[in-house]
Amino acid sequence: MSLTAPASFRVAEYRLRSMWKWRNSIIAFGVGNPVLYLVSIGLGVGALVDANSPDGVTGVPYLLFLAPALLATAAIQAGQDEVSFPTLAGFIWNRLFFAMRATSLSGGQIADGVLLAASVRIIFTTTVYWLVLWAFGAVDLGSALPLIGVSTLAGVCWGAVALALTSRAKTDSTYISVMWRLVIMPMFLFSGTFYPLAVLPLWLQWIGWISPLWHATELGRWLSYGAPLEPWQALLSTAYLLALGATGLLLGRRTFEARLTA
Amino acid sequence: MIRARALTKAYSRAASAKRAERRPSEDTSAKRAERRPSEVSTGSDGGRTLLAVDGIDLDVAAGESFGILGANGAGKSTTMRMIGATLQRTSGELTILGRDPAHEGPVIRAHLGVVPQQDTLDTELTVRENLLTYGRYFGLPRTALVPRIEELLDFAQLQDKRDEKVEALSGGMKRRLTIARGLVNDPSLLLLDEPTTGLDPQARHILWDRLYQLRETGVTLVLTTHYMDEAEQLCERLVIMDAGRIVAEGAPADLIRTYSSREVVEVRFGTNRNSEVLPHLHGIGDRIEELPDRLLVYTDTGESDLQEIVARGFMPVTALVRRASLEDVFLRLTGRSLVDG
Repeated sequence: MSLTAPASFRVAEYRLRSMWKWRNSIIAFGVGNPVLYLVSIGLGVGALVDANSPDGVTGVPYLLFLAPALLATAAIQAGQDEVSFPTLAGFIWNRLFFAMRATSLSGGQIADGVLLAASVRIIFTTTVYWLVLWAFGAVDLGSALPLIGVSTLAGVCWGAVALALTSRAKTDSTYISVMWRLVIMPMFLFSGTFYPLAVLPLWLQWIGWISPLWHATELGRWLSYGAPLEPWQALLSTAYLLALGATGLLLGRRTFEARLTA
Repeated sequence: MIRARALTKAYSRAASAKRAERRPSEDTSAKRAERRPSEVSTGSDGGRTLLAVDGIDLDVAAGESFGILGANGAGKSTTMRMIGATLQRTSGELTILGRDPAHEGPVIRAHLGVVPQQDTLDTELTVRENLLTYGRYFGLPRTALVPRIEELLDFAQLQDKRDEKVEALSGGMKRRLTIARGLVNDPSLLLLDEPTTGLDPQARHILWDRLYQLRETGVTLVLTTHYMDEAEQLCERLVIMDAGRIVAEGAPADLIRTYSSREVVEVRFGTNRNSEVLPHLHGIGDRIEELPDRLLVYTDTGESDLQEIVARGFMPVTALVRRASLEDVFLRLTGRSLVDG
């Protein structure tokens, strides 16, 4: 790993240069997205929820309950975008990865570099998102590092999963529609994002248990306002995210190299 | 530079089907002389193995410009990718720049320039940024790349396009940029896979001129092509591949001397009449080949043979006496049915 690191940095350098071309959209989306969610759901739905449950959701105002989930969602979706689009481009649209593999780079180094650059985007997105949350009074100043940290972890680990999945995609349109409709949206809706997971019938709760978003949200609520979480649960959730990320990266690297040398 | 012995690449049938799916264009424009690569049965499971490259020997010396000529599907690109250390051989020996690509791929690739069949440029980046990022993949320091990129922009005649996005470039410009990109690490060996396929004649000539200039600077060139004129223009020595095998090797002029007469008379009598006329031309030229639209008379005395055809009472619709070319060698070698003259 220590030997391959510099080479993957060079791939990340290219990815960041490419991302820089999209900086206006990235910034606009990074700020616009949380503002829209907070105004519509945080404040709008929140007013309704809080009016009907004076004790709040699990004991806190809805906005506080929602904030860590939204932050983790933003991180995961940033990871998904920033990994899957460059990967589809590299394998299908302009086949640039094949040109990169003709240099001294290996497939694994290209995979590492893509994830590394996506991590930079994830940190940026979560930081901006946290700032907007803070401006809306949804998080405390003290929660900055732990919340941004845990969301980034979730985003990067999901990015690694996306790396493994996207690198297997044969066609872009199928991949995009399947991923967004059957993976990202259900994850967003059924991971205890808008209400505690326990509210769902048991036969739907498994979506949350396997969802990195739910684990990140549980950790986030604990770190943000001290929602009850047993230490073993915190450990388990962290370990789950790390395991997901490690598996994704390992499989992703392998598929990259195999596909570029087939 | 390159040494290959019994170099072989085999695909299981399933794997080769996937490859065909990914590049549908490869088969559609198949030349009339195309043959399927050899298929052989494998042992226990009764599956089939496709031999894309079937035990070829190659030697390319430093400073040479070497061509691999063949129809689509002959195994050229597979050979090139093995030489480029992006595809592992199934069996045989291969040494590139004195090293074995199975063990030292990254080191070999660091000294190779590769111009793939498709441009694979980043169309969102500018011309200059494409060169810069590619140089960085090799780990070249920025300070070395800045002057190198200026040279390459001059070489590729793209100075006035340097800050334009690649998507705005013409096909010929993209191709020149891809070649410039392949030179960014100052390679000792440049591999070009069908460098001018899909370009208009003017763009091809500009490209040939650039490649000529490279030859003069001593860069070793290995190129694949299915254009006979390109092979004659650019290659000092070449091999002709067919169905994964090498069927002939030599300098273009020697190959023409060995496998063809000096001149060729092309006569057309109209689509249906060619085969009617053919039996009456017995004794003219060394041999006569019948193509769907014309007859080719291989001879050393083109003008007088043409007069003889006319003297026998057959007036061609069009007639042409020309020097034999690699096209004729190719026709002769790739299994076309030949008719004795």
